[in-house]
Amino acid sequence: MTSEEPAGTTGAAPDLLKPDLLKPDLLKPGRSVPGRPQPDPLVEVRDLSVAFPGGAGAFPADGGGAGGGDAGGEGPAAVQAVDRLSFSLAAGRALGIVGESGSGKSTVAAALLDLHRGTGAQVSGTVRVAGTDVRAADERELRRLRGGRAAMVFQDPLSSLDPYYAIGDQIAEVYRVHRPDVSRRAARARAVEVLERVGIADAPRRARSRPHEFSGGMRQRALLAMALACEPRLLIADEPTTALDVTVQAQILDLLHGLRAETGMGLLLVTHDLGVVAGSVDEVLVMRGGRAVEHGPVGEVLLAPRAPYTKELLAAVPRVDAQPDGRALRGTRAGRDGDGSGDGVLLEAVGLRREFGGRRHRTTAVDEVSLTVREGETVGLVGESGSGKTTLGRMLVRLLDPTAGTLRYRGRDIGTLGDRQLRPFRSELQMVFQDPVSSLNPRRSIGESVADPLRAAGDRDDARVLRRVCELLERVGLDPAWYHRYPHEFSGGQRQRVGIARALAPGPRLLVCDEPVSALDVTTQAQVVGLLGELQRELGLALVFIAHDLAVVRAVSDRVAVMRGGRIVEEGSTEEVYERPRHPYTKGLLAAVPVLDPEVSAGRRALRAVA
Amino acid sequence: MTGYALRRLGGGLLVLFLLTVAVYALFYVAPGDPAKLACGPRCNPGQIQQVRERLELDAPVLTQYLHFLQGLVAGRDFSSGTAVLHCDAPCLGLSYQNSSPVTELLADRLPVTASLALGSMVLWLLLGVGTGLLSALRRGGTTERVLTGLTLAGTATPVFITGLLLLMVFCAYLQWLPFPSYVPLSEDPEQWAWNLLLPWTALALLESAKYARLTRSSTLETLAEDHIRTFRAYGVRERSVVTRHALRGALPPVIALTALDLGTMFGGAMLTEELFGLPGIGQLLVHSVRVVDLPVVVGVVLGTGAAVIVANVVADVLHALADRRVALT
Repeated sequence: MTSEEPAGTTGAAPDLLKPDLLKPDLLKPGRSVPGRPQPDPLVEVRDLSVAFPGGAGAFPADGGGAGGGDAGGEGPAAVQAVDRLSFSLAAGRALGIVGESGSGKSTVAAALLDLHRGTGAQVSGTVRVAGTDVRAADERELRRLRGGRAAMVFQDPLSSLDPYYAIGDQIAEVYRVHRPDVSRRAARARAVEVLERVGIADAPRRARSRPHEFSGGMRQRALLAMALACEPRLLIADEPTTALDVTVQAQILDLLHGLRAETGMGLLLVTHDLGVVAGSVDEVLVMRGGRAVEHGPVGEVLLAPRAPYTKELLAAVPRVDAQPDGRALRGTRAGRDGDGSGDGVLLEAVGLRREFGGRRHRTTAVDEVSLTVREGETVGLVGESGSGKTTLGRMLVRLLDPTAGTLRYRGRDIGTLGDRQLRPFRSELQMVFQDPVSSLNPRRSIGESVADPLRAAGDRDDARVLRRVCELLERVGLDPAWYHRYPHEFSGGQRQRVGIARALAPGPRLLVCDEPVSALDVTTQAQVVGLLGELQRELGLALVFIAHDLAVVRAVSDRVAVMRGGRIVEEGSTEEVYERPRHPYTKGLLAAVPVLDPEVSAGRRALRAVA
Repeated sequence: MTGYALRRLGGGLLVLFLLTVAVYALFYVAPGDPAKLACGPRCNPGQIQQVRERLELDAPVLTQYLHFLQGLVAGRDFSSGTAVLHCDAPCLGLSYQNSSPVTELLADRLPVTASLALGSMVLWLLLGVGTGLLSALRRGGTTERVLTGLTLAGTATPVFITGLLLLMVFCAYLQWLPFPSYVPLSEDPEQWAWNLLLPWTALALLESAKYARLTRSSTLETLAEDHIRTFRAYGVRERSVVTRHALRGALPPVIALTALDLGTMFGGAMLTEELFGLPGIGQLLVHSVRVVDLPVVVGVVLGTGAAVIVANVVADVLHALADRRVALT
């Protein structure tokens, strides 16, 4: 490839290899902020507007992919993703851009590297990054900026790396793009060096692994290593920890913090999670509908917000360290006890076990778990990914067959029933799925989707089914007139409402909700949780609420079970588990949850560093 | 990886075994008395009976099948009354026509068919994948339109029309090329290539549109993936993004399809071979079907089956090598 490089690139190389960028000790500890005088800010954005023609939606990475706004059925009009936004970032400083999905925050991040070029997006305004006028720059200049002076880390670390190449080779490839005179061997060595720096153990060997052999956290570290390889002055991180568990999230954020302290690079952190911002940036810019709502030092914005929207956003964030407020699902048991249905056990699992895989690669996803769900109560199930909570949830409604153990529903053993005998129980045990996008058939209208379980239960009267579906849609806060609309016309929150209506259709007694709100924004999250609470009170439902978000679980549950490695390590009333956790794992989980107060956050980081 | 390949091969052998059962049944569902066919049109009943005994056609079906299998694995002897004909290990029986072993007939024809199949594969991959890539990257360009049109026309036109047109233009009218006749590669590589150029082109045109479509859609799909965005965001030039990252991801389905097509083609490209007068397996099959030479027909069918299976195992292994996640499953 090198031989085919146009002469221009090679000619421009000296400029790229400015002395301070070449210093080999740049990544070594103890180095101060670059000494070169910096008259210009690192990033300067003035009057940036980005519009996507034809309602094509925002930059693909944007949040839950809910597309443009909350309204169903948008016309083909252009979507104004970013509207005359201006901000600047001084060298070595960190700015957090927060907002809900569709607020345009990821679009801004992409605009800093002009990733919109050639996509049909209409961009106007000026963007200057590390001395380059991004929008006026020609292809070669832009390529030099991308990865060389400003590097970007994306949300989903699995899909952001090429599955076909070894991780070290991918980093080396990027490195050689910006250092064309470096040999392949040296580039590989550099890849190993940066992988080591981001905390990949046994880096020389792991550099030869492919992305699928890495865990989520390791992949995000690898992406960070790729970003570091060329010693950029700006790191743009677009939801870098959204796909990760809380403990891994804390590790990655600590790593980011440490890298910044060492290299003095600036950081632009895009996230929907206000807790992530608290401990990681100096300033916060709150976006809504493509505009800046509030911009200020992190402490002021999070602790003394001025804009009403910021206040709203902060109020919607479920707190892991606070008593839940009125929208909680709990408290319903008291009401139910009033109507005299007693303290009846609805579902009881004893020694439930589930194994996957063949003889040689057997893994135990759920290992001897016992759990009781009483009528009308909410049991929260928390744990990190891979802890077996989804497998357990699916077994509770018999979507998966237990390998061993007993499952009793209202005293009857249903763990071993065949499909036919199980049928009467199916309508009483229902499930709400995590991903409201993929759990609805895109080719069926939402009304048909909700009608499916009714028809499956044997109702053949079309008029009655239609009536019931319209009732259900109305009940979950959707317009029955939308019966014939398709899932893609709805926002994430609305789709989850459809999922809930579908689960309610056959009249269940128990609803297993598997991460029902984790794909949603905080304000939508609060609405959906509120809806579930109302339904529970009205219908006397028992809920099993599966989530990795400890704060959400605290807000909704009467009792909580903490899962790890297929086992329940701690179980008790919500109060007990959160206020007086006994198991060290629970303690660790709680300590890793990001907090909104920057000072508290810094204090916790210091504690983690010591530990 | 080796275990994976062996498992795939084992599965392939099982399929092949089932194929022998199915194919052997052909003997019995085919119309006409095999003995009469083997003996020829002017035989009297006595002679037919003789042939029947010699070919063991009066033995129980299972015995015959077992002998057939034995011939495949260990070889077998046929007595023609006066002499004993030995048929070596992968024995598929003797041709009714000239009593030569079917295996030998196939082996004689294989180089022709292999030359035709492999050569045209190179051409159709170049044309198809090239067109597909071009139409994924530069939609609406003149070159892309011309190539897409060409591949579509090639696929839509029966090969005997394309072939005739090629023959007329290049051999009869322009006289740039000789009328094809097969020259073995070992004899004269240059003449081999010149003579095969037209058959290759005809076949490649027939196949290329499929590959163009497949390449185009899978390249577009890969280009939309997140990791492509990563490399663009890191200043990797577009050409490297496409060739190193997008194409690599787009190739597995192309490899799979190639294996299927190539395997099938080893069973002979009948029309093409007939048209260009190439003495390949396809021609052998056409001829044998016409005179109801059952052992040869069975041999060709089995050979084709084996070729398809082997090609698929190779494709699976290639896929697993290209994508390390595959072998895990």
